[in-house]
Amino acid sequence: MSDFNPGSLTATNIHLAFGANKVLRGIDLHVPQGTTASVIGPSGSGKSTLLRVMNRLIEPDQGDILLDGKSVLNDNPDELRRRIGMVFQQFNLFPHKTVLQNVALALVKLRKMPKDQANARALEQLDLVGLKHKADARPGNLSGGQQQRVAIARALAMEPEVMFFDEATSALDPELVKGVLALMTDLSKGGMTMVVVTHEMGFSRNVSDTVTFMDGGVVVETGSPEELFSAPKTDRLKGFLSDVL
Amino acid sequence: MDVLEQLGKTFFDWGAMGKVIPEMLTVGLPNTLILAISSAVIGCILGMVLAVMGISRNPIPRWIARVYTDIFRGLPAILTILLIGLGLGPVVRMLTGSTNPYPLAIFALSLMAAAYIGEIFRSGIQSVEKGQLEASRALGFSYVSSMSLVVIPQGIRRVLPALVNQLISLIKDSSLIYMLGLIASQREIFRIGNDAAANTGNLSPLVAAGVLYLCLTIPLTHLVNFMDKRMREGKAQKLDPDEAAAVIGKGAQA
Repeated sequence: MSDFNPGSLTATNIHLAFGANKVLRGIDLHVPQGTTASVIGPSGSGKSTLLRVMNRLIEPDQGDILLDGKSVLNDNPDELRRRIGMVFQQFNLFPHKTVLQNVALALVKLRKMPKDQANARALEQLDLVGLKHKADARPGNLSGGQQQRVAIARALAMEPEVMFFDEATSALDPELVKGVLALMTDLSKGGMTMVVVTHEMGFSRNVSDTVTFMDGGVVVETGSPEELFSAPKTDRLKGFLSDVL
Repeated sequence: MDVLEQLGKTFFDWGAMGKVIPEMLTVGLPNTLILAISSAVIGCILGMVLAVMGISRNPIPRWIARVYTDIFRGLPAILTILLIGLGLGPVVRMLTGSTNPYPLAIFALSLMAAAYIGEIFRSGIQSVEKGQLEASRALGFSYVSSMSLVVIPQGIRRVLPALVNQLISLIKDSSLIYMLGLIASQREIFRIGNDAAANTGNLSPLVAAGVLYLCLTIPLTHLVNFMDKRMREGKAQKLDPDEAAAVIGKGAQA
């Protein structure tokens, strides 16, 4: 994998409510530079919302978000999001553009890179995810696994300091999950700072440096994979693990 | 036999048709196309403004777009054309000295088209999955860039068939501007047929006008059907067998 310039990410005391529905109730999460934090928990526990708050797709009601130790709440959110790559469950590639254009678009429009330079860079990124030969295809003609790898390439092309994965393999057929997880593992081993919301307990246990278990909008337990998977302290985590493993 | 002969003479008097067709093609057809296409273009521009206002998070532009659309979709075309064409005529004359009703005809047709096209665009834009905006914002694009680079182009693509339908309507509705009293060189297909029919007391020129309209509209109708089908089924593509299997395996995953 290419060289990263990762940063650390910290969220402190994050609160968010949609009307009377309190989705996040005082979340703390610290992801040291170059490490992978996985966030697990039942659906509706606020995991995906937490990711969206941390790159300010949704503004928190309370709390602070620090990138490389500096609060980003007063920065321009568009500029913050250029520093954080995000990969979605539904891939969300732009179907009206080719695979290459998907990866090059932000480079040209946001980084103001000349087109040929952006395309060369995009091809490099596609090569890293093994899809250089699909550069001229439309996303709709790719398998789900290929689409997700393009989405990862698109995020990486912006040279993010942190990568978010929001259930990146949940919409994939079982036989396509492996390739995407392998790519995520490479990124993690390559020293990217990553926050991975996932239902893949194998990945969480074997690849991540820390695991955070969320339920009902709070962090119930957090620690090393060893601690959480081998010696869960709370009944809620024990119950969750016995449901999913 | 007399009845048939009578009908034949009324509708299919080849001589009368032959006389009117050259003028219909050299004067009427260009005017009809100018009226329909220019009001379609202006209607698209105004319609896009209305659509963007209509999905705004600010209630004021949303409300303005709503009222505009309700009014211009709710009025009969001929009433709008008369009110705009005759009503604004004196104002335009005061401001510019021009007494030419032709631009006002285009203006009236454009205002009506904008109301319909605005709704078409709005529905197209709103049909684009939320994830597209989210993914674009996550890359660092502003709301405006995300809409103009990612969401709106996809929305427009989806409503192209409906837009062509709107062009068909405009071709037909352009006939209504005959009410505004145009000079000879400004007459469109219907007016030329109608004048000739009035002069000769024979309806054949109107039949000729009808045929000419159909020559314009029927190919467009089939273009709509083709585009519709193509969008539903996609362009025929060649896939490697294993990719084809993967796509089929994913079901309808876009």
